[in-house]
Amino acid sequence: MVTSADGQEYPVQVGGRTTKSIVMGVGAVALIVLFLFPLFGVTDWTRRLVEFFCYLAAAQMWNLLLGYAGLMSAGQQAYIGLGAYTVWFFADIVHINPLLCVLFAAITGAIIAFPAAALVFRLRGGYLAIGTWVIAEIFRLIFSSISQTGGGAGTTIGAAAQMAQTKGVDGWYSQVYWLALAVAVLTIAVCYLLLRSRTGLALKAIRDDDLSAESSGVNLWRTKLYTYIIAGAGCAMAGALIALYSLQVRPGSAFSINWTAYLIFITVIGGIGTIEGPFIGTVIFYALRETTSKYGTWYFIVLGLLAAVIAIWSRGGIYGWILKKTGFTLFPLQRRVGFGRSEKPPSPPASEGGGGAATV
Amino acid sequence: MDWVNTIVSGILLGGLYSLFAVGLSLVFGTMRLVNLAHGDLTVLPAYVALLMVGSAGRFNPLYAIPLTMVVMFGFGYLLQRGLLNRVVLKGDIIGVIVTFGLSMVIMNALQQGFTANSQGLDAGKIENLSITVTDQFAIGWLPLLIFLLAIVVITALQLYMGHTKMGRAFRAVSDDTDAARLMGINTKHVWAVAMAVALLVVSIGGVIMGIRTTFSPLLGTDRLIFAFEAVIIGGMGSLWGTFVGGIVLGVAQLIGAKVFGSPFQHLVGHLVFIAILAFRPQGFLAKTVTK
Repeated sequence: MVTSADGQEYPVQVGGRTTKSIVMGVGAVALIVLFLFPLFGVTDWTRRLVEFFCYLAAAQMWNLLLGYAGLMSAGQQAYIGLGAYTVWFFADIVHINPLLCVLFAAITGAIIAFPAAALVFRLRGGYLAIGTWVIAEIFRLIFSSISQTGGGAGTTIGAAAQMAQTKGVDGWYSQVYWLALAVAVLTIAVCYLLLRSRTGLALKAIRDDDLSAESSGVNLWRTKLYTYIIAGAGCAMAGALIALYSLQVRPGSAFSINWTAYLIFITVIGGIGTIEGPFIGTVIFYALRETTSKYGTWYFIVLGLLAAVIAIWSRGGIYGWILKKTGFTLFPLQRRVGFGRSEKPPSPPASEGGGGAATV
Repeated sequence: MDWVNTIVSGILLGGLYSLFAVGLSLVFGTMRLVNLAHGDLTVLPAYVALLMVGSAGRFNPLYAIPLTMVVMFGFGYLLQRGLLNRVVLKGDIIGVIVTFGLSMVIMNALQQGFTANSQGLDAGKIENLSITVTDQFAIGWLPLLIFLLAIVVITALQLYMGHTKMGRAFRAVSDDTDAARLMGINTKHVWAVAMAVALLVVSIGGVIMGIRTTFSPLLGTDRLIFAFEAVIIGGMGSLWGTFVGGIVLGVAQLIGAKVFGSPFQHLVGHLVFIAILAFRPQGFLAKTVTK
């Protein structure tokens, strides 16, 4: 509810009824199909989808940081790697069921994110990005020098490998698959619910202009901190799943800056600051990876060029373009003030990019 | 004597870091752009020199330094006018994404063209010449040359910024772009010159390091991070601060390597940086206040 200057109150609506039913319908069907998928046998596609879910989850988290809190992180690989090593620690040393370790990874990610935030938040903009990168480098160097985890060569996650052997390929990978699906759905749900909440409104205000957000009573530091912690936990879960999927962890790849390259590419291509964007971006990233990653360096050159070109010439990415053309939203997040009588049915969703319905 | 050796080597190494860092600092100072491709742009001149030495038939790479500086100056100008001017003033995020993309392109293009293997520039005897102070303590000529050049470059930049028309334009554009534009300054040209000067400066260190040790396209990451750490440790906006920051980092790294072994060189450097970020976030000689 907002109050205008003359004291009249207008309802504020988040999303619209029509879009809600579309989300429910499409989402439910897609989820059921994805959920039943491994029952038809573990194939290459099951494995691809496990990775797909991990990238999607990490990209959602990165998008939450960049697209909403305005935090440009070049160091989410710190949490991806920490998640992977947390699985190793709790599965091989503490002897906990490896699948449960994903939960511990999330906790570890959140705990490490707190002091890390206190440090890097002293920097701003691009320097913050390099600051997060330094933190990831520190973890990479530490884990490269620990002999218990095999140093730079890495280690296999023994308990998980054993479990994979006893359960067989079908049993193990379908369980990892369901876990990955759950984590991907969880990250999307967290982003969606967070952005529709009061904190979400604060985040959008920060994204648009952090100084005016602060002067309107948004606690900048705390809101950014919460986001950074959530993103740390989410990326750690993605890293834990990658470790369970590959049954090994190596500091060079777990803490690799390539993660940031992938996350930047996915989010920028798909559309920064939307939940749908990273989804589209991950699909494109996958299509590109499956077809061109065998060309090695050329693949990275294309990724870098595309990200730079899209960032300069089409800030909204592919989803921004779709939104402009059709006004279609899967996850309605924008708030609209309902001018006129409240009994009136809500107008069809108007896009932030300037859809048709908002014009009077 | 061992310790003196370590500390002197650290100071000399710091000179190299500060040479890389002033380029990063200059670009950030004039256009508020954090150039994530900076590290790769310090590696690039070594390959430019390699091409020159290779194509002109075995001449000493030391002569390639001024030529490389000219090439990198031109490259920087064109890079800024052709691409990066489009991201200046569009906010931090676009700048970081575009320069990160550029970094990927440069690094992988170098790998494509020259493989990921280490290469070297052979300058003959000077590589191993050193001034022997005592039996256990000697200072290499090349590290000393880099260090002295760092001092010369920073002094020259300081004079350039303070006493020339273009230097004044740098500062004016940095303080208030719109006002500078109203006064008739061609901001696009000024930014391009700033990038060109930054790349000219880093190519000195880039080529000499190529002579002193080997280089590979993968070095860019570390160089970007070390340059950044030197800038933050020294305090943003101060060239001599960056010099001090580089020295602190260089000494910290070599002490770390001496105490814990060489795998810990970079880790100790990062940790000292983190400690300074925690306890003195404005750096040692900060001039600008950033909120």
